[in-house]
Amino acid sequence: MSGKPDFQIPLERERYELTVPPAYRFEIDRREFFKFLGAGILIVGVLKTAHAFQESGAGRQPGESLPKEIGAWLHIGENGAVTVFTGKVEVGQNIRTSLSQCVAEELRVPVSKIQMVMGDTQLTPFDMGTFGSRTTPTMSPQLRKVAAAARDLLIGLAADQWQIDRQRLVAADGKVTDPETKRSAEYPALVKGQQLTQTISAEDSFIPPNQWTVQGQSLPKVDGRDFVTGKHRYPSDQRLPEMLHGKILRPASFAATLVSIDTHEAEQIPAVTVVHDGNFVGVVAPSAEIASRAVKVIRAEWKAEAQPADQDLFEYLKKNAVENKDSRGNASDEAAAVEKALASADHRLQQTYTVSYIAHAPLEPRAALAQWSGDNLTVWTGTQRPFGVRSELAEAFRIPEERVRVLMPDTGSGYGGKHTGEAAIEAARLARAAKRPVKLVWTREEEFTWAYFRPAGVIEVTSGVRADGTIVAWEFHNYNSGEAGIRTFYDIANQKIEFHPTRSPLRQGSYRALAATANHFARESFMDELAHLVNMDPLDFRLKNLKNERLRAVFEAAAKQFGWGRAKAAGHGFGMGGGFEKAGNIATCAEVAVDRKAGKVKVVRVVTAFECGAIVNPDNLRNQIEGSNIMGLGGALFEAIKFENGRILNGRFSSYRVPRFSDVPAIETVLLDRKDIPSAGAGECPMIGLAPAIGNAIFDATGVRIRSLPLVPTGLKEG
Amino acid sequence: MAKVTQLNVNGSPRTIDADADISLLSVLRDQLELTGSKYGCGEGQCGACTVLIDGNSRRSCITPVGAVGQKQITTIEGLAQGDRLHPLQEAFLEEAAMQCAYCTSGMIMTAVSFLRANPDPSAADTSHSKEGNICRCGTHPRIVAAIQKAAKALGQSMKESSR
Repeated sequence: MSGKPDFQIPLERERYELTVPPAYRFEIDRREFFKFLGAGILIVGVLKTAHAFQESGAGRQPGESLPKEIGAWLHIGENGAVTVFTGKVEVGQNIRTSLSQCVAEELRVPVSKIQMVMGDTQLTPFDMGTFGSRTTPTMSPQLRKVAAAARDLLIGLAADQWQIDRQRLVAADGKVTDPETKRSAEYPALVKGQQLTQTISAEDSFIPPNQWTVQGQSLPKVDGRDFVTGKHRYPSDQRLPEMLHGKILRPASFAATLVSIDTHEAEQIPAVTVVHDGNFVGVVAPSAEIASRAVKVIRAEWKAEAQPADQDLFEYLKKNAVENKDSRGNASDEAAAVEKALASADHRLQQTYTVSYIAHAPLEPRAALAQWSGDNLTVWTGTQRPFGVRSELAEAFRIPEERVRVLMPDTGSGYGGKHTGEAAIEAARLARAAKRPVKLVWTREEEFTWAYFRPAGVIEVTSGVRADGTIVAWEFHNYNSGEAGIRTFYDIANQKIEFHPTRSPLRQGSYRALAATANHFARESFMDELAHLVNMDPLDFRLKNLKNERLRAVFEAAAKQFGWGRAKAAGHGFGMGGGFEKAGNIATCAEVAVDRKAGKVKVVRVVTAFECGAIVNPDNLRNQIEGSNIMGLGGALFEAIKFENGRILNGRFSSYRVPRFSDVPAIETVLLDRKDIPSAGAGECPMIGLAPAIGNAIFDATGVRIRSLPLVPTGLKEG
Repeated sequence: MAKVTQLNVNGSPRTIDADADISLLSVLRDQLELTGSKYGCGEGQCGACTVLIDGNSRRSCITPVGAVGQKQITTIEGLAQGDRLHPLQEAFLEEAAMQCAYCTSGMIMTAVSFLRANPDPSAADTSHSKEGNICRCGTHPRIVAAIQKAAKALGQSMKESSR
């Protein structure tokens, strides 16, 4: 294929017109960029400081390629339109809005002038993926730097035109002004006829949070209108002319292998194509209904393997633990110190906590639309890692990554559950056989079964405490669930903390907040147990063992707002939990009402205090915190995957309970805005304090200590 | 298999070609390109597919297209009047009652029907009316607030129009 892209095709950036002819090769070439975007100025932000240069004039250095280590780029067109390119994606966390705010702030233009092009492997710079609460701490600064450089470039253009000192000029409201002469020029006038490229590194400074005017404000979702009118096209809403629908024949159980197959009857249905490639069996048909019908009449025999059931899960995880080879050399010294401190403690306590597998259950299941043009593949799909899915596709079809383009329309959520490209690969395989575009939308049962789960785990904690409440020894072992949040933030002299990977009976992967939820559940429940052991108030006990000022501040703020220590109604209990994750600090207080006779536990009120540095968008932050609490309610109270012999037993919304309106407590959020601390992401940390707060509140109300998540899947049993 | 060849959608007769037993949701999405109604579960559990049939909210994923007949179907695409959003759409924007917004059209369509029968609902009644709708992002309190707000706006406009 020639390196010359065809730019004659009218492109609607971001929500591409799906009628455009197939993908072209987009070389990162300065000249081509301007041909594609039109004249104007282009600011390229490099990740590693390469050579910073500024170049003026049209095409003075023809053919010069742009640096490869690009984080983001920004273009200002002759009409003043600002287009920002980032590999990050929108799954409901509202970064399309918060990133627009960052650019608007630095560039000094209204947010409405900014268009974000996100998660298109052909147009946006490489990005690892949208996860780990990394967008706000990493992409925001990059975009701010790029936008600040664009602003400086515009000021420079005005200074050159007017032949005056640039120091005199200010940029505001989309124009550059000379305050002395009141002369001003709108950005489009300055940009007209230019083809300027500037590459910037990470050293430029930008506006400090205490001078923000756009950031720090509660801006509504920038394209909210498209969502309330049904206009927005999610991945499952995409379509192409000549498009067919796909359906996959799923194995009878996990790890089953295909022994024999009879597709004769399916192939008799008009316009149906059956695709059989090893263990992969799927059909393509003119409609999703016909595809489903065709799959149902395929007769397949699968060879299954015996596999564990959820009742045996925790025993299985312990039994199948792999020796942690990463254990540091001083592990035995640590063990000896902990042993010694335990012996000297006034009280010792050992407990075991467990967490179940749970499903992300994003409301939009996996979906993909795939189209081949010769050896080039284009896939629209919902994923948090468009570049990762591009690699998966390249590997699956043994083609170079340059021939694969993945586009990610704003998607119906992910929560860490859409890192992979299963539907993309399946749709692409079907499309290759059908020689037509194919759309595949997973059913809810498929999403529950063939995606991946939050890891289950077993956590063992042993500790010793002095009569005055000082914790002197801490031993913490996590089997399988993960290492996020495994380190204690309490100040304890002797510690031994270990993660033990094990074989997992189910396919597992990331989930919002990762293992921080499990580790905080164990740690903060255990802290409550220790507090009772030494007859201390749980808040006082925490503060006695906690030096970190930011964490102390959120615990105190949450307790104050909650009214910790006030009188409770009969059957009610209070509990707290909190911690530190992804550079955010959280403390959560919960009030539960327990009806012992009916076995019912109702969370009636939750107060969350959160601090994540300088706040970019307060209302969106509150929205994320409320959402974390409500989503977290499910995993805390009742969500658990049931499985047996490689089958999921409750893979539907009618059998897998997720939080509903009647489960939602009163939620109050206290935001601590630290303008002196760089902004951290906030989509994950706020959920980690909830489960222990509820568990501790149930104990407070009833004296029953529950050490497993979910806490009350079938209510609180009498006894 | 009986065929359905015509539906009344958003005030217009539309020509379709569907077996009577397939879901209304599939016909709306795949044949009429009205993708604002969403697939979420296929068993009437999540409410993402909610549309109005003669003004009553119905789960289109479990409604066979053959059962609709000549009744009037309203989808999220038919709610705004020209550029003027329905008060519920306005209220959802004002309260930021969405994150990924995949549940939003179903939430709004359920609420249209609810407010018609309950013009001045309490927050508890509003919350109760949404029990069959799932939001995974956790915007529930905002959704309740948006519906309460829209109820006030609708009540106001009713008063004004009756003057």
